[in-house]
Amino acid sequence: MSRRFRLSLFAVGAAVLAAGLLHGLAGLPAFGHYHGVYGTVLDRVTVSERHATDVITAINFDYRGLDTMGEEFILFAASIGLVVLLREQRDEHVDAERASEAGDPEQASDAARSGDAADPERTGGEAGSDARVEAERGGGHRLRTSPALLATGRWLVGPVLVLGVYIVTHGQLTPGGGFQGGVVLAAAVILVFVAGGRVAMAPIRPTGAAEALEAVGAGGYVAIGIAGLIAGMRFLSNFLPLGTVGSLLSSGTITSLSTIVGIEVAGALTLIVSEFVDQRLLVGGRSATEPRSPK
Amino acid sequence: MSFGPFAVAVWLLLVGLYGIVTSRNLVHLILCLGVVQASTYVLLLAIGYRTGGAAPIFADIPVGTRAVDPVVQALTLTDVVVEATVMALLLAIALQVDKRFGTVDPDELRDLRG
Amino acid sequence: MSFLQAAALLAVAGCGTAVVLTRDPTRQVIVTGFFGLLLAVLFFVFQAPDVALSQIVVGTVAVPVMALLTLARLRTRARRRDQP
Repeated sequence: MSRRFRLSLFAVGAAVLAAGLLHGLAGLPAFGHYHGVYGTVLDRVTVSERHATDVITAINFDYRGLDTMGEEFILFAASIGLVVLLREQRDEHVDAERASEAGDPEQASDAARSGDAADPERTGGEAGSDARVEAERGGGHRLRTSPALLATGRWLVGPVLVLGVYIVTHGQLTPGGGFQGGVVLAAAVILVFVAGGRVAMAPIRPTGAAEALEAVGAGGYVAIGIAGLIAGMRFLSNFLPLGTVGSLLSSGTITSLSTIVGIEVAGALTLIVSEFVDQRLLVGGRSATEPRSPK
Repeated sequence: MSFGPFAVAVWLLLVGLYGIVTSRNLVHLILCLGVVQASTYVLLLAIGYRTGGAAPIFADIPVGTRAVDPVVQALTLTDVVVEATVMALLLAIALQVDKRFGTVDPDELRDLRG
Repeated sequence: MSFLQAAALLAVAGCGTAVVLTRDPTRQVIVTGFFGLLLAVLFFVFQAPDVALSQIVVGTVAVPVMALLTLARLRTRARRRDQP
């Protein structure tokens, strides 16, 4: 099947698909004239029924909590699949030297800076400069991160963490919730990696903690659901006291489920990114011959 | 003009499929899959939109204000995060393919057996 | 449909086409990040702040970072294959 034949086949298929889709979508009510009943009812009753002002979070963790459990387990399964796929193969081993050297980028960059004073490109910590810091000399890979990026990234990690926790805990009040906040928390970890150069993940080694967090998140969701059963109601029913509208500890199990999902999503995404980063530290059995700068 | 969002969703779907079919690099293919995913988000949100409606957050507007449909937003929200994870899985598969076959070109992959 | 919504829709359609037509994966990652941001703007304009929040972090942080890491790994392996 040649490429040209494949393209023409695709053109025919796409035309048929487009025609079918456009015909089908034309049968929908015009854009802006949503007629559904479920959404309208939910808009009206959520605040009084569940004391939650963010209807979307209430839907995710209460009205359709079972679906969210399924989605959370998709995340769980995908991250497990990724770890299995990217595990160390027999012919690759973690370059121990590279990893230990990578464990201290600050020391390495200081050593480079002291020995590289004649570099004309260096402008000594000027914000927004193009200065390149060579953290490794003599063969191998070069770690070049500008000081502006390092400094900005380091300063931003704390605020991003706080923002993530805020988004997770205020899920039932304002736009937010477990999924968004969990991703922001994982982004804080990614920021450490991006700002510190690719080897800065090594000292954190979040894999163990990320796996634990993920397991706690996935299991915790089911546990809260079962707690609903123990409380004498259905699985995943909202059995905790509902509190006052607008306060942080309102909406019963919505808050707890949202926090649990936030933990799980943060753990899953941290695990995924750290697995990708670990791949960068693996070498194809060539490590022994690579020249290393003395520490 | 009221068909606009649906047309954009269909266009994104077709353009993404075209990218997947004519791709020469698995990573390019996976990012085109992201475009296809975006078309479903646009479609879902366009279905639930109500003209003059506000966001379904009643923290500062009184209950009973005209709001857009929250159900499709709940669907799209979890969808966004889950599909990013699926893309991560596909990228890992691409890495393994490169390790096994030495190439990430889908055309060359077809010819290799076992 | 307001002007802002129409503009956002057109921008998303155009950027989606650009993502597909950018063949070099490294450049395509940047365009994907931008596409994610435009999608988030579209979601905001459609009165969906929760979805926009998710999309901003996922589409501009998580996906480009993972794709770039994959590309870096592929490039290292290709370079190692070329030198015996």
